[in-house]
Amino acid sequence: MSSIRGRKITATLALGASGVATMIGLAFLAAILWTLFSRGLGGLSWDVFSQTTPAPGSSGGLLNAIYGSLVMTLLGVLIGGPIGILAATYLSEYGRTARLSTVIRFINDVLLSAPSIVIGLFVYTMMVVPMGHFSALAGAVSLAIIVIPVTVRTAEDMLRLIPQSMRHGSAALGAQPWRTITSIVYPAARSGLLTGVLLALARVSGETAPLLFTALNNQFWNANLNQPMANLPVVIFQFATSPYKNWQSLAWAGALLITLFVLFLSIIARLISGMFGARENRVE
Amino acid sequence: MSSITIPYHPQLRREARAEWLFRGLTVASAALVLIILAGVLMALCVGGWPALRTFRFGFLTHEVWNPVTDQFGALAPLYGTVITSLIAMLIAVPLAFGIAVFLTETCPLWLRAPIASCIELLAAVPSIVFGIWGLFVLAPVLQHSVQPWLIDTFGDLPWLGKLFRGPPYGIGLMTAGLVLAVMVLPFITSVMREVFLATPRSLKEAAYGLGATQWEVVWDVVLSNSRAGIIGGIMLGLGRALGETMAVTFVVGNAHRISTSLLAPGTTISASIANEFTEAVGTLYTSSLIALGLLLFVLTFTIIAAARLLLMQIERRGARV
Repeated sequence: MSSIRGRKITATLALGASGVATMIGLAFLAAILWTLFSRGLGGLSWDVFSQTTPAPGSSGGLLNAIYGSLVMTLLGVLIGGPIGILAATYLSEYGRTARLSTVIRFINDVLLSAPSIVIGLFVYTMMVVPMGHFSALAGAVSLAIIVIPVTVRTAEDMLRLIPQSMRHGSAALGAQPWRTITSIVYPAARSGLLTGVLLALARVSGETAPLLFTALNNQFWNANLNQPMANLPVVIFQFATSPYKNWQSLAWAGALLITLFVLFLSIIARLISGMFGARENRVE
Repeated sequence: MSSITIPYHPQLRREARAEWLFRGLTVASAALVLIILAGVLMALCVGGWPALRTFRFGFLTHEVWNPVTDQFGALAPLYGTVITSLIAMLIAVPLAFGIAVFLTETCPLWLRAPIASCIELLAAVPSIVFGIWGLFVLAPVLQHSVQPWLIDTFGDLPWLGKLFRGPPYGIGLMTAGLVLAVMVLPFITSVMREVFLATPRSLKEAAYGLGATQWEVVWDVVLSNSRAGIIGGIMLGLGRALGETMAVTFVVGNAHRISTSLLAPGTTISASIANEFTEAVGTLYTSSLIALGLLLFVLTFTIIAAARLLLMQIERRGARV
């Protein structure tokens, strides 16, 4: 055995190193956010919100990309959110102990971390090839496929938080399970479900890979869901890797917008779930 | 004996029908999760079939990637994917371990929640932001200071030197690995933190009672008690690193070749698909890219599934206690 002094020195050094590791992690975060803000704010102007993406060298904004991103993420969440909540309802209410549920939970967890570019390939072969062209709709569907596992995971956790006694009380009044679920369980878990959907929205609003070959990109204004549509992530990808200075500065502005949107959503989600947790505690 | 029937009342019958419908909807939605997985696998198999049929096992062992002569081999992207992920793990795992130890042991109580939130914030940053940051900020720094130093210091060593030769491009396998490390750091950290916190208090107190230092408690009690959880967390991070697309595409250099130097540009499976898919002409080219996707899916599926199984086992054990 080494001496007490040696052991104490080892302990101090090792625990000190853990502090250093934390500093390094925080330094990375600070570096990324600092660059993002300093360069993104420089590229931000009213034009960004009022003009469409420019040709190289001329001035312009990101209006069509912002619109496309909003449409596709909202559509993706509108398709994927309800499906995810219904699937979570099965896992938590009807099939809580069924063997099928164990399998579905496992597969869902795997889909949760599956590479999103593969989802893009899937939607490409399922929608883009049969339809014969890229479209905003295909982009929204690929985002919906990413939304589903995220929603299933959080919604099931939230539904499970609702005490069984509430379900039993409703059943004792003669309500069918679907009535219990829609008028007792859903309202009680409302803020939790909303948090789950917001987190899913945050997750897909930065997704680029699945849009690359589903929604593609569009230099011009387009509101037709059946046509390729511009979207922030793909525009950022294209503009950032270009040699043109005005494109690069728009890319930074777009990156800042996406990050702010995602952070805003995460904070809102956290506030809502915080209120939810507080109410739970009060009930107890 | 008569079977039980729903009493004849229109309202009750409507309720029963609604029940049947609602239940059916939830079952169908739950089944959709399985269908998506099966659909992804099938679409990739069908789409990749022409390439797999043409090149057979050669697809996995050939380095050539030539759209002009229609020769495609997955070895270079596969090599790049594995190497960048390994670099990411080598950097991220010790850092995550340190941060998790700090957050569960050393850090003053009032600081724990804010720092943990900051690290989680890193997970909320979209991957494309990591990409442009890597390209415009990290790559120049590496090119002008870190890489020349690495070449001067290690380049002449007999074996190790092979990893650090050639000109400092800035972008390449090492840069991609570093960006990936920052990206997976929050995921590994949060799993590690959770399993550390799950260590029974009585075990730690017993060790302190025997005169162990704080570090000895961490290393001998907490760590050995949470080994399975740590491995699960690392594999989850590895699964993410293997499949990450945008951040890597920006900084990996996109060159279909294998070089021993970590400073040289390379490519990964996801970066190849992201870069070339919309420009691919011809069935064989497109099919080869989809086959790459299949390879990536199988690779990540195996690793993530193993990680989840491991973590599920721990959860179950925890529930039993």
